[in-house]
Amino acid sequence: MKRPLKLLSIGSRSLNEGAQTELVPQVRMSGPIPWVIAIMVMMTVIASAGGLALRNIASAAANELSGGITVQIVEARPEVRNQQALQAVELLKGQSDVSLIRAVPQEEVDALVEPWLGTGMDEAEVPVPALIDARLSGTVTQARLDGLRNALRAKVPSARVDAQSSWLKPVFGAISALQWLAIALVLLLGLATAAAVLLATRTALGSNRETIEIVHLLGGTDQQIARIFQRSTAMAAAEGGIAGLAAAVIIVVLVGRRFAGLGAGIVNGGSLVWIDWALLVLIPIGGIVLATVTARWTVLRALARML
Amino acid sequence: MTTSGSGEIVQFDNVGLRYGTDREVLSDVSFTLYPGSFYFLTGASGAGKTSLLKLLYLSQRPSRGGIRIFGTDAITMPRERLPALRRRLGVVFQEFRLVPHLSAFDNVALPLRVAGFAESEIARPVADMLEWVGLADRMEARPATLSGGEQQRVAIARAVIGRPQLLVADEPTGNVDPEMAVKLLRLFEALNRLGTTVVVATHDVHLLKKVPESLIMRLDKGRLSDPTGALRYPPKRPVGPA
Repeated sequence: MKRPLKLLSIGSRSLNEGAQTELVPQVRMSGPIPWVIAIMVMMTVIASAGGLALRNIASAAANELSGGITVQIVEARPEVRNQQALQAVELLKGQSDVSLIRAVPQEEVDALVEPWLGTGMDEAEVPVPALIDARLSGTVTQARLDGLRNALRAKVPSARVDAQSSWLKPVFGAISALQWLAIALVLLLGLATAAAVLLATRTALGSNRETIEIVHLLGGTDQQIARIFQRSTAMAAAEGGIAGLAAAVIIVVLVGRRFAGLGAGIVNGGSLVWIDWALLVLIPIGGIVLATVTARWTVLRALARML
Repeated sequence: MTTSGSGEIVQFDNVGLRYGTDREVLSDVSFTLYPGSFYFLTGASGAGKTSLLKLLYLSQRPSRGGIRIFGTDAITMPRERLPALRRRLGVVFQEFRLVPHLSAFDNVALPLRVAGFAESEIARPVADMLEWVGLADRMEARPATLSGGEQQRVAIARAVIGRPQLLVADEPTGNVDPEMAVKLLRLFEALNRLGTTVVVATHDVHLLKKVPESLIMRLDKGRLSDPTGALRYPPKRPVGPA
């Protein structure tokens, strides 16, 4: 016996989130998005890794130099210089906020100036100052430096006191500028990603316009249509994001090894720690969110112009 | 307030429609459709039948006049409320408008999926419907591989699968053989008996005789005439489901 024809009454049935099976072809929607996202994520991760490494370098250098002062005894006569150096050390020991006082040995001073003056120089012809390293508790301020200078001036008139961090001020300035450059690059890459997704979504909307109109006329909501596009974009962005992250990690590790091989003091502090890697892993996730939100916004804006 | 209390399913009041700055394709169109009635919309090619249907299935807003559908003012209604209204409509487009990348099965299932039916609820009715329109062996075929008549039957199946309250069909039998045309009209009549208001646009005068209970609206150069009194109020005969 033939079954009676069954028709379903749609009525005011609520929306089923999972009922948007392939309303719009996925391949035509994603287009070049995975490639664009992969490149953007790779560049963003590299720029961010650079920024984080610079931050670590600056942080390590600042920690190392924090509170550090150098007392120079600038006196041409060696015997007077040595005597004043001893007096300066004694005087510094009497200061409650000064610790780790160390008179830099003459051999170490000779080694420091060797690249410029060579070896076997006559001390009488080229006098080199005596150096004393010390550390102040807390932050070195101009007022504390002035106080120390005044304390030394009476007994050690040839003493000059400098904060070690002030020597690296131009370096910190340059690092800070590079960090801002990295941040600006990351923001620009984010903007470029959003623009690429916007254009790709518009193209996909255009090529699927007829289907979208049909879905609209059958009672499909803007939200349903937007969900199809944002899901497709999210999948494409996830593919690109993973590929971009993998490529960037390889590049960062290889470049990191090259820098580590230099063995240069200040660069050593620039290696990435686990929290930095965790931040880098968040970048493709951010890329996926950015792409998805951009696609959704683009679709909803375009649909709002349709009846 | 947008709801009317008079029970009509559609009410056009002095509606005019023009595209761009051209002359009006519909002028001063006023009529009322009642629940459970069967209407034919006739007229020569270019008379404005498709334009009138576009207004009926909410694909177009009029240039002037008022339209109420299911008691709701369709002109001032916010667009986010349109989907709920459209789900109460079934539409057979003149050019079918099947989704090209979907199979015949998925095209017919589309209104149900859009409305949120679970896949388990969809499979059987859709298969039955396709079997009924003679396409049981073409369920997985894409529209491009179907003949004009087959595409038309898929389009009709898609329009009626959700048991709409108002079925609007634009030349629904234009591409099928006479036997299938009669069969499809029987389907429309069956739906009509279940309470669906049916509006069929056609220029085939022979079709009108196939549904003796039908009421006829005629369009001539964008103006509506009423040869059977279908648009009169009160109607000349009781309308609506028994």
